[in-house]
Amino acid sequence: MNFIPRLRERLYVAKKLHVTTTVNGEPAEFLCEARHSLMDALRDTLGLTGTKEGCNNGNCGACTVLLNGVPVDSCLVLAVEAEGAEITTVEGIANLGHLHPLQQCFLEGAALQCGICTPGFLVAAKALLDRCARPSEQEIRFQLSGNLCRCTGYDKIVRAVQEAANRLQEVKR
Amino acid sequence: MATVFVPPQLRDVTGGADRIEASGATVREVIDEFEARFPGIAARLLDGEHLAAGLAVSIDGTLSNRGLQAAIGKDSELHFLPALGGG
Amino acid sequence: MATTPREEHTNRPMRVLGTRPVRHDGADKVTGRAIYGKDVQMANLAHGKILRSPHAHARIRSIDTSAAAKLPGVYACVTSADMPNLVDKMTELGEGTVNLAHLGANVLARGKVLYHGQAVAAVAAANADLAEEALELIKVDYEPLPPVTGVLDAMKDDAPLLHDDVFTNEMGKRANKPSNVARHIVFEQGNIERGLREAEVVIEREFRTATVHQGYIEPHVSTALWNADGHVTIWTATQGAFTARQQTAELLQIPISRVTVVPCEIGGGFGGKISVYLEPVAALLSRKCGRPIKMSMTRAEVFEGTGPTPGSFMRVKLGAAKDGKLTAAQAWLAYDAGAFPGGVIGPGCMCVFSCYDIPNARVDGFDVVLNKPKTAAYRAPGATHAAFACETVVDELAERLGIDPIELRLRNAAKEGTRRVDGEKYPRIGFVETLEAAKASEHYQSPLSGANRGRGVASGFWFNIGLKSSAAANVNPDGSVTLVEGSTDIGGTRTSVAMQLAETLGIAAEDVLPQVGDTDSVGYTDVTGGSRVTFATGLAAYQVGLDILAQLRERAASIWSCDPEKVTSESGVFRANGKSMTFKELAAKLHHTGGAVVGRATVDPQGATNGFGTHIVDVEVDRETGKVTILRYTAVQDTGKAVHPSYVEGQMQGGAVQGIGWALNEEYVFDAQGRMLNPTFLDYRMPTALDVPMIDTIIVEVPNPGHPYGVRGVGETPIVAPPAAIANAIYRAVGVRMRELPMSPPRVCAAILAK
Repeated sequence: MNFIPRLRERLYVAKKLHVTTTVNGEPAEFLCEARHSLMDALRDTLGLTGTKEGCNNGNCGACTVLLNGVPVDSCLVLAVEAEGAEITTVEGIANLGHLHPLQQCFLEGAALQCGICTPGFLVAAKALLDRCARPSEQEIRFQLSGNLCRCTGYDKIVRAVQEAANRLQEVKR
Repeated sequence: MATVFVPPQLRDVTGGADRIEASGATVREVIDEFEARFPGIAARLLDGEHLAAGLAVSIDGTLSNRGLQAAIGKDSELHFLPALGGG
Repeated sequence: MATTPREEHTNRPMRVLGTRPVRHDGADKVTGRAIYGKDVQMANLAHGKILRSPHAHARIRSIDTSAAAKLPGVYACVTSADMPNLVDKMTELGEGTVNLAHLGANVLARGKVLYHGQAVAAVAAANADLAEEALELIKVDYEPLPPVTGVLDAMKDDAPLLHDDVFTNEMGKRANKPSNVARHIVFEQGNIERGLREAEVVIEREFRTATVHQGYIEPHVSTALWNADGHVTIWTATQGAFTARQQTAELLQIPISRVTVVPCEIGGGFGGKISVYLEPVAALLSRKCGRPIKMSMTRAEVFEGTGPTPGSFMRVKLGAAKDGKLTAAQAWLAYDAGAFPGGVIGPGCMCVFSCYDIPNARVDGFDVVLNKPKTAAYRAPGATHAAFACETVVDELAERLGIDPIELRLRNAAKEGTRRVDGEKYPRIGFVETLEAAKASEHYQSPLSGANRGRGVASGFWFNIGLKSSAAANVNPDGSVTLVEGSTDIGGTRTSVAMQLAETLGIAAEDVLPQVGDTDSVGYTDVTGGSRVTFATGLAAYQVGLDILAQLRERAASIWSCDPEKVTSESGVFRANGKSMTFKELAAKLHHTGGAVVGRATVDPQGATNGFGTHIVDVEVDRETGKVTILRYTAVQDTGKAVHPSYVEGQMQGGAVQGIGWALNEEYVFDAQGRMLNPTFLDYRMPTALDVPMIDTIIVEVPNPGHPYGVRGVGETPIVAPPAAIANAIYRAVGVRMRELPMSPPRVCAAILAK
């Protein structure tokens, strides 16, 4: 095995770009190839493996993160688009080790079984509750329709979001 | 005597009989007994020293996990079934 | 009619079972800390990728990996030439025997490719992108052959033959020329001709279902490290660490003592993560280059290269008297096994008439190979297909005879002692109870009005299996108990198992700390599947609890200087001669009374028993588009003792929604060359939150007499009834009988227009 590329042969590592960003409220920076997705950068470079890959083409929502507060499929966002942006992942939802009401309600309401879709749902639901205090059941289902779950049938997920909305409102009072 | 329910596809070897009584104390003994009465039946039920691939034995309504060593009671019912799995 | 476990089993109320504690792995799962297969990291990790067949059927003339091996950054290439040639070797895998040559060829093709997407070669490189680039440099010389992808076509005498060593097996009798029909199963009860003659109404119908996938959100992923000492460790997404170990060891012909499988947290399985795909390949690549190798599938690879459930052709005939009593039942079922024999036709044949007491019946089933991915189990494998056929005909009978569909089922319902067509007699079951609960439900009692709306009912059955489980537990000085068990946790079972240990010991669920062990740290445990874990691993936990209690009573006796026989333990309190100690108090004294207390158990239980479900669904059909909207859904199930009701409800809801997807949208669309046209979640359309309403559940607890806490398996039964229930609802809504799955908008539209 020869790990040292000969000059005339193509380097097998493409030239990398430097990105400066904010992740979960803290400054972060990383090197990435131009073709890498934000999901790749978060998981493989920054080691934030809470964001999951389900399909890598924007159809399942397992990789949902917030990009400047907007839920996106991070597999469809280029890593370089993180430059200067604020990114929130599932790792940033709890506050100083205290679970967010959404996380608490998912647990109390048994809104997860295998748990692989849960990070994506939590991020998408947080974005929903951040801008809509009392979404209807239909609104919740619509806003979460980009997140696939194969285990729960969605019933307990929707109820957990409803309960979290109630608790957030009580805290505000 | 235990009763062995003969699956339709084995009745060519048992001369059409669909239920046969057997006195063996284990599944293996029953098959050996049958082989003496219906030559060729063991080859249908066994793969060497084990139950044939894809075959399971049910004794008194419960799928047995002891294979050929499974014990058979005096009034037991024995069925040969496709092996089951789950998803 | 439902009895409570308290009356039948323990004569005392349950303290833990039936409550809803937060799952023990909860914090990790909602904060992103839980380590799933793709999250595994280690130094020097290289990445593997698989080259897949572009042909659905072809001979492999040669494979040349030399150009790929020369690419800088590529560390190793493998093909089936790197695997032992295991002709005619069978192995017992716990859930049945497997032909190792077929399993091996499915992992890396040998001689022929039999489906589009079959693995042909693999490459390990510095990163996944490089590995994919290297794949393009592998030269495979194929001789394409005509493919066959329809199950009836594959059964014809002139169909292209997939294997020259597969002969129709009729209970050990082998045909003398090779065939695509690998197996013919026959079940018979009574006299079918007489039964049909006695019938006053006979209905015979044909049905077709398409290939569907389990649809787990996590793609397959494995990391293998073949260490310098010859020991290989595999971190993988699997439903069974021990079966993955055994399959890998057998395929590579190395002793199992040289293989350790560490099951990662798993993102769904439903039966599709029991057979190995990547594990042996990653191990081979690691052996060749001395680095750990991570391999994961893309979503398209999951669709094309793993094990969906069969498509099928079915013919069902039912005969009944005017009062609705069934006199005869006949079924002809052809299930496609995919590229290799060993599909799920057996359970399909056993389940098709399993809900009913029918004196005369005959079932013919065929395991048919064709040029599609090798099928695998999907939640109650084979049962959903069969129920779609039978329950639709039952509904037609109900309409023809003017009998309410639930009432018709009640008149024929299987009960304890009923003999099934395969000859088995039922023990204590709860089917009648589910029918009565469905009939009395608010859903069924409330009227449904509106144009193009209809209500459908269907029932479903699944066996549930026992198999082997092991567990061990330590009592900690603070009174908590650390439990290690061997069942990979797909849906929360580490908690339902921990709860049973807590119940046995008389302590709180929170005081049991469950872990899922790997193949080195816990005794042999069969797969998480077959709805077995809460039953069998729960039984192991119960026995661990009894073992610990016996040891603790000895310790208490030594503290109190009395005969251990005099010490009683009840609800976490130990008593003798007027003295008492709590579990916590005694735990604090263990180090002074002989050291740690470790309990252990290993079980291989009989007595796993069946699950029955009855589902009610209201639909509205759009006549112009054929779209079917689910307005309301209720799933009723005999669950035995519901250990953690929230997770029992979750199994019912999840299974129902998978069934809804199967019924209304999901299918593999193949072109004439046998290639799947829709291998993405966009076009393989599974239900989203917007596609379904709340799924109401009614838990009927008829305890399983074969388990100390009355536990039955729960997970698989709920997927069986939905397609039939929805078909029956569509009929009542718009007057068309759908007999092909999925009942997608184009098909519903065409049926409405044809009327």
